[in-house]
Amino acid sequence: MDIPSEHLVDMYETMVKIRRYEERIREIYFEDKLPAFDIAAGLIPGEMHLSAGQEPVAVGVRPHLKAGDAITATHRPHHIAIAQGVDLKRMTAEIFGRETGLGKGKGGHMHLFSVEPNFGCSGIIAEGMPVAVGAGLAFKRRGTDNVALSFFGDGAANQGAFHESLNLAAIWDLPVVFICEDNAYAISVPKTASTAIADNSDRASAYGIPGVLVANNDPVAVYEVAGEAIARARSGRGPSLIEVKTDRLWGHFEGDADAYRSDEFKEAMAERDALVTFGQKLVAEGVLTDSDIEAIKERMFGEVEDAISFAISSPYPEPEGALVDVFA
Amino acid sequence: MTITTDRKLTTQKAIAEAIALEMEADDTVLLMGEDIGVYGGIFGATEGLLDRFGPERVMDTPISETGFIGAAVGAAINGLRPIAELMFVDFFGVCMDQIYNNMAKIHYFSGGNVKVPMVLMTAVGGGYSDAGQHSQTLWGTFAHLPGMKVVVPSNPYDAKGLMTSAIRDDNPVLYMFHKGVLGLGWMTNNPRATGAVPSESYEVPIGEAAIAREGDDLTVVTVGLSVHRALDAAEMLEDKGISAEVLDLRSLVPLDRDKIAESVGKTHRLLVVDEDYQSFGMTGEVIATVVERAFDHLDAPPMRVATPDTPIPYSRPLEQFALPSAERIVEAAQQLVSA
Repeated sequence: MDIPSEHLVDMYETMVKIRRYEERIREIYFEDKLPAFDIAAGLIPGEMHLSAGQEPVAVGVRPHLKAGDAITATHRPHHIAIAQGVDLKRMTAEIFGRETGLGKGKGGHMHLFSVEPNFGCSGIIAEGMPVAVGAGLAFKRRGTDNVALSFFGDGAANQGAFHESLNLAAIWDLPVVFICEDNAYAISVPKTASTAIADNSDRASAYGIPGVLVANNDPVAVYEVAGEAIARARSGRGPSLIEVKTDRLWGHFEGDADAYRSDEFKEAMAERDALVTFGQKLVAEGVLTDSDIEAIKERMFGEVEDAISFAISSPYPEPEGALVDVFA
Repeated sequence: MTITTDRKLTTQKAIAEAIALEMEADDTVLLMGEDIGVYGGIFGATEGLLDRFGPERVMDTPISETGFIGAAVGAAINGLRPIAELMFVDFFGVCMDQIYNNMAKIHYFSGGNVKVPMVLMTAVGGGYSDAGQHSQTLWGTFAHLPGMKVVVPSNPYDAKGLMTSAIRDDNPVLYMFHKGVLGLGWMTNNPRATGAVPSESYEVPIGEAAIAREGDDLTVVTVGLSVHRALDAAEMLEDKGISAEVLDLRSLVPLDRDKIAESVGKTHRLLVVDEDYQSFGMTGEVIATVVERAFDHLDAPPMRVATPDTPIPYSRPLEQFALPSAERIVEAAQQLVSA
């Protein structure tokens, strides 16, 4: 496939931004929780699930999105939110629990909701999948050509909601693309111990819809497969399932000792880091120069710092704000 | 607000009429659920709607409650006003995550930016020997969880007006209709299930209790089919010289605490009647409200008649013993008044 170079550059830039974002969140998360780790302490309290390594799944989809497309994501949502263009300042303020956050500090990092772009995520496995089906139903009923994308992990493919959602989207012929981020582990349980078949993309056949496997963590491969599935949905030809074999470079959550994955496994992931290999590829192909890459880093790092500064300088909500927004 | 009319409808037909009027007026309203199309709803709440509005808007779903209730949430976020029917509330166990973690919380998580304007309607209640997985009311379970309104009509007029309000509400509304108040031909005949209903559209505001019968000696606070039982009991009590006021809550969320306190302020005695399980439920909440707001007005400790903390049994004598009856209400009222 001939991919416009502006798409390749945009995908790379977004990968740089995502990785930097996750690295900075990680630093800030830990810096005021040491020496004695207290999960409730610091600028970013609570659980933190970071997506370093899974950037290709998010950025490969990004060039195919248009205004109004809906995304539902998971407890590990930052890369997808950033790729869809969710306001980084307000998203960061939400993660820091500030009044200026997407949800005025009521949701936190697992419950990021944005109206434009149309993004939501949740902390329960497979919970967003039926919601994406409903978004697809609304788009079809309202006669728009918008598409709903449901991101979920390999662990979610064993939930009932996965199967119910695929079946509903198929029988109602809805514009929904289901994208499985297969990072080989559901927290500590390997996919080989949890899932009866090797590739969840094969499960599409049970619902009579296309199922495509992206066998390596390659943004270009995701771009091609997602492009086809999204175009198919947008033109009224129904849902698809995509599975991407991706890499969660870090633990399930920050503070996870990650002892359940072998050193060899982790070293192999680091070795094939898609951010590095994709950058090298773009340089080798003459799409970018080394100095372009430095400039991109400077710009993306700057955007991340701006968002963090915005969050830190924003006020905390008034405590009584807890009582507001239960009802419209 | 009361509109006078001579036209009589059953509660079931009143619900279907409210939905039809809203579907006519608002193209974004659509229905989904099991057997709501060709069958017209197991309890008739969607009778005739498939013929009028077609399968695009009256969608029979697979037996897939997590899927279609979650889809209703997604549709509501994206510009529709879906009504999903959970056939029996007892089935909530297979789909509760979508109800209380998604439907009820997204507005809050979003800081008020994302609205979820949907109705989840469901049949509740026992009394016809359908046993412990098809007979519960469970409204206390849902009312306990923040983020959804909980509506329980007891008569045809309220059923229509509350459904209209529920569909127009920008919040998720759980609309729980008791099978015993619907006026279904295959249920035990209930004259109170038929009543005057204007043909035009109207709203009954959600969150306002109604005085179903005025009285002076005690206040009976209740909801759903138990309103009928309380009205029957009040007639029997009148013969014994006891004047009972019957307060029909009509919704548990919001709860009309003002009207509860006001009525007890007048009668000085409180009896709470609930077909839901007794402990940790509506009876305790109503009594706590009165203790907090009208303690000095109480002339006797409040009493309650509820389903004891056991699953709903099947056999007729067992079930009839467990569920609140007019006789149990009369007995409790007599004790309360003589206390």
